[in-house]
Amino acid sequence: MFRSYVLVCGGTGCTSSNSPKVIEALENEIKAVGLQDEVKVVKTGCFGLCALGPIMIVYPEGVFYSRVKPEWIKEIVDEHLLKGRIVKKYLYQETIDGDNIKNLMHTRFYEKQTRIALHNCGVIAAEDIDEYIARGGYTALEKVLFHMQPQEVIEVVKASGLRGRGGAGFSTGMKWQFTASAEGDVKYVCCNADEGDPGAFMDRSVLEGDPHCVIEAMTIAAYAIGGSQGYVYVRAEYPIAVQRLRIALAQAREYGLLGDNIMGTGFKFDIEIRLGAGAFVCGEETALMTSIEGNRGEPRPRPPFPANKGLFAKPTLLNNVETYANITQIINNGAEWFASMGTEKSKGTKVFALGGKVVNTGLVEIPMGTPLRTVIEEIGGGCPNGKKFKAAQTGGPSGGCIPASLIDTPLDYESMAAIGSIVGSGGLIVMDEDNCMVDIAKFFLDFTVDESCGKCAPCRIGTKRIYEMLEKITSGNGTLEDIDKLEELCYQVKSASLCALGQTAPNPVLSTLNYFRDEYIAHVVDKKCPAGVCKSLLQYVIDPEKCKGCTACARQCPVGAISGTVKQPHVIDSSKCIKCGACMATCKFGAISKK
Amino acid sequence: MKTPADLAAIRVAKKHLVASRHDNMNAVRVTVGMGTCGIAAGARAVSNAFVEEIFKAGLDEKAIVVLSGCMGDCSLEPMVTVEVPGAEKVTYVKMDAAKAARVVAEHIVNNKVVTDYTK
Ligand SMILES: Cc1cc2nc3c(=O)[nH]c(=O)nc-3n(C[C@H](O)[C@H](O)[C@H](O)COP(=O)(O)O)c2cc1C
Repeated sequence: MFRSYVLVCGGTGCTSSNSPKVIEALENEIKAVGLQDEVKVVKTGCFGLCALGPIMIVYPEGVFYSRVKPEWIKEIVDEHLLKGRIVKKYLYQETIDGDNIKNLMHTRFYEKQTRIALHNCGVIAAEDIDEYIARGGYTALEKVLFHMQPQEVIEVVKASGLRGRGGAGFSTGMKWQFTASAEGDVKYVCCNADEGDPGAFMDRSVLEGDPHCVIEAMTIAAYAIGGSQGYVYVRAEYPIAVQRLRIALAQAREYGLLGDNIMGTGFKFDIEIRLGAGAFVCGEETALMTSIEGNRGEPRPRPPFPANKGLFAKPTLLNNVETYANITQIINNGAEWFASMGTEKSKGTKVFALGGKVVNTGLVEIPMGTPLRTVIEEIGGGCPNGKKFKAAQTGGPSGGCIPASLIDTPLDYESMAAIGSIVGSGGLIVMDEDNCMVDIAKFFLDFTVDESCGKCAPCRIGTKRIYEMLEKITSGNGTLEDIDKLEELCYQVKSASLCALGQTAPNPVLSTLNYFRDEYIAHVVDKKCPAGVCKSLLQYVIDPEKCKGCTACARQCPVGAISGTVKQPHVIDSSKCIKCGACMATCKFGAISKK
Repeated sequence: MKTPADLAAIRVAKKHLVASRHDNMNAVRVTVGMGTCGIAAGARAVSNAFVEEIFKAGLDEKAIVVLSGCMGDCSLEPMVTVEVPGAEKVTYVKMDAAKAARVVAEHIVNNKVVTDYTK
């Protein structure tokens, strides 16, 4: 029996900020003071607030220590765990409210969130099936196996209104229905954990923090559609997720929750892991299945759809990790409960990976239809350093941007589509006045050029040509005509590509053209980058009024482009300048600016 | 292989592990003084007794045990306060494990202050 639990995040984010050392120090220190029978250290998955990691929460008080250093542990154990004196100086400052210390759930970051898919993440020990069971784990599977017919399960999922969280937003219940109705001696249940959208990490966090919820949901799906074998396709770049999933699969087998006779009902299902090499296209469903089959991961035309002819040409159900993460709770709490959250057509919650120019970066789960403003300003805490919010990019390389003027748009499938963006898999990158929108479009095209599998010409060649046109524009060699050509090519690539990689790759360009065309025009007509990002269009100049002739900049300049005599204004030779910005960073008098 | 009954048994046996991992603002709060004086007078045993009795009473989601520094009256240690939301804080003095069991049974379960142990 423990009086207190110390939860430390063992997810990828906090692990890279040294949480394993914190855990080790805690365990040693707790033993040293003889508290090992009173206080238990729990290694959890992601809490969401990755920027503040390593994160440590002490229950029952629920106090929140942030950016914990191993050197602090002795003091925290001696003071807090042994004598009950919370070490305020190490707490997340927002939780201190005079003498009162707020629970982490009452911070701005968490208060507006509703955690369904992430409900166990950062709460349970990810490697202990008993903690999952103690939190109600495997009750949904039991309910389904003992009290529901397969078709009833499908009806519940349909009625919940759940839609695929992997990007396309297709009705999950309908997909289950199609797969259940398809003819086939063998059927497969697959989980897409490829998560190729740069910046998104909700699927990784679910697997790291709550692997059993995916296993349980896949087993429920198998029962509903008549599947006997499952596969989780996860990228090898997620070693912690893979490891936790392996442990969880072994525990589930040991408990007979996977295998030949699940819970003694005679129902048979098991799951294998397939590691992907981290190609974006392998997240596309047909390419994913081709890759599981052992072939090169390339998409193929649809139809036939996987529901009829998927993996090994058998009927196959494929859902995303986050989609599965909602299933057990829909079964436990009912379709109506789930459908009561969100908007008319977008039900439930969605996890977003909030990143870029925002104070609180991390994972946030909010009811569908929450305005973008709430996420950026309240949960995210706005742009750092008082900068002005310019736009948000949603849906990663397949998505588009939302300009500041549309910050009140609700985050749901319909509203996003109406303004030319997508919910996608939930990447949400915040940009401020210092971001150049042409450069952002170029960034994503650089990614798709790399990730295009090359099977079809429109995507292979088209994305490359789009990239080159953006390169021309950002280097100051573009013309107005190029902008029109660029736009036309975008539409051609969209309509002619084989799979959604190519069909959506031009979106970042089209949406920035739509909302920030003036920035493109500034690049080609005025030969200026208004945000001051595109190097070829920049000039660093020294204001002779402000320059004191201290020579600091001249000494910093790596290419000797700055000249002048001591105590006299200096000048930059723009033919030598490589625009690294070192001079501007060094100048104490604010005399150097970029134009 | 685990049957539903086995799983239910795990749920009961392991519930205490996860019971406190939420916002405990509205929980009954038992605070045990852990100053040097308290520890010397046996406060550790008292806090452990509270944890155990609360679990036995099936209240581990509704009541929590926390520690504090010296409560200011070293001759009366181990001292314990019990705060039931909406009620006055009650201070118990010269506590031990047996007294803890009675406070849980009478004060926390039945909401009747054990006046025998108050100051
Ligand atoms: C280029 C490309 C990459 C994709 N990457 C992923 C991915 O990483 N994870 C994912 O779940 N879906 C991804 N998808 C979507 C899948 O094709 C598919 O729609 C999804 O996995 C279905 O699951 P859902 O209905 O639960 O969303 C990708 C699609 C495309 C075209």
